[in-house]
Amino acid sequence: MTDTTLSARDGAVLTLTINRPDALNALNPPTMRALRNGIDAAGRDPEVGAVILTGSGRAFCAGADLKDVSSRLDAADTDVGNDLRANYVPLTRAIRSCPKPVIAALNGTAAGAGLSLALACDLRIAVAGAQLIVAFVRVGLVPDAGSLYFLTRMLGLSKATELAMTGDPLSVEDAQQLGLIAAVVPADQLMPAALERAHRLAGGPRRTYALIKRGLVRALDLDLEQVMELEAQLQTLAARTPDAQEAIRAFIEKRKPVFRA
Amino acid sequence: MPFEFVLTEVRGPVGIVTINRPQVRNALNHQTIGELVEALETFDRDDAVRCMLLTGDDQAFAAGADISQMADAGAVEVLDDDNFARWARFKAIRKPVIAAVSGYALGGGCELALMCDLVVASETALFGQPEVKIGIIPGAGGTQRWTRSAGKVRAMEAVLIGEPVRAVDAERMGLINRVVAAGAQLDEALRLANLIAARPPLAVRLAKEAVNHAMEVGLDAGLDFERKLFYLLFATEDKREGMRAFLEKRPGRFSGR
Repeated sequence: MTDTTLSARDGAVLTLTINRPDALNALNPPTMRALRNGIDAAGRDPEVGAVILTGSGRAFCAGADLKDVSSRLDAADTDVGNDLRANYVPLTRAIRSCPKPVIAALNGTAAGAGLSLALACDLRIAVAGAQLIVAFVRVGLVPDAGSLYFLTRMLGLSKATELAMTGDPLSVEDAQQLGLIAAVVPADQLMPAALERAHRLAGGPRRTYALIKRGLVRALDLDLEQVMELEAQLQTLAARTPDAQEAIRAFIEKRKPVFRA
Repeated sequence: MPFEFVLTEVRGPVGIVTINRPQVRNALNHQTIGELVEALETFDRDDAVRCMLLTGDDQAFAAGADISQMADAGAVEVLDDDNFARWARFKAIRKPVIAAVSGYALGGGCELALMCDLVVASETALFGQPEVKIGIIPGAGGTQRWTRSAGKVRAMEAVLIGEPVRAVDAERMGLINRVVAAGAQLDEALRLANLIAARPPLAVRLAKEAVNHAMEVGLDAGLDFERKLFYLLFATEDKREGMRAFLEKRPGRFSGR
């Protein structure tokens, strides 16, 4: 892990903190590589049950580092698409394909690709007063790093269009009304609330979470018949796990299940 | 069947062959191809086995040929060795073979999957022919079978660029039968294998032969061949049993005669 990204373990919960507060945690290639490596490693680490992604300072993440982009445009290195393919896409993919739940703890504003990052997570909680900004259009660019996908599917085409075309900020309070944010908390409650949720998830049936996440990722692109077939496949796998067998036994015996974790 | 690089198992009427070289992502050296073909041939001769299943592990179905075995080889050595004779025996297998693919199916691994009659893939599966990146081209049918399954432009993209396609894309382009949740590929392949195993074996065998014939000949010759096999099945006990069972609304009991 580099100094652009901090990594801290609390029991089975890994917290990754984007640590470029002076740049409002803007994303540059080394930061994205560090995040991706951290998430991939957490996915493989049997000691880790859930991941929290947050930022240091007053912003969660301001998106692409425009100074970086600008210098490259000046150098006529204009293929921003390849930059996305090499850096942003693998990061979004790493979060979506991580078998552990990934919680975004929005300590401040998430803008542009920083919002994409938050939307790629499985759950978002935010400090009161923070904003979500689909900022790309403000600098003449289109939403990227998965934002067009996440916004249309999470909000529907109408609201997604409004946000993407205006670039107007959405308060996390309004975002909670729209279902984008699970909870809005006072600033000093953010990490305790995120950790509380993360620990609860880390203590649950882990293989089942991985199967649920896979199902949710694929369900967005399938029709009802395909989803029901997918569910049958996933359920076959889930029912075979020791955690499911224990939980079913515990239900019948009217006691709390003890998951292997 | 004591093999070094493949495992064999019989589950009911299904013979399972598992490529087992996890330390090299199931790279296909000559011995592995030889063993897996021999295992399939043995199942092919076994009357208790009615369908076969070929699989790898979660990380890789088979991640290509063993490059270390080819790096220093010249044209004459490769010609003399004639590894492809082993692959050719695969084509002569008469019972259906289903590939259950998870992870990498690259190069020879992809060609191996495409030689199977049905392909079930985990959503994690990647199919590709990366040979061009190391100065060669597919040698076990990749250029031919991609073209026949997915069409010319898809085949060109696969073999000219060498980047793999995801299972969902492979399914869409007709390269494979279906995509299932990661970890469910063996269950689904077994489900299909058991359906095939419940069908009359002679009809299954001739149906496979007829479809494969379509790849070889023009339409008229293919139709002619199909009709001959169709007539032939009217001479079987299973045809009589199958039709009687249908009329009596009960499942058929097939003997393979």
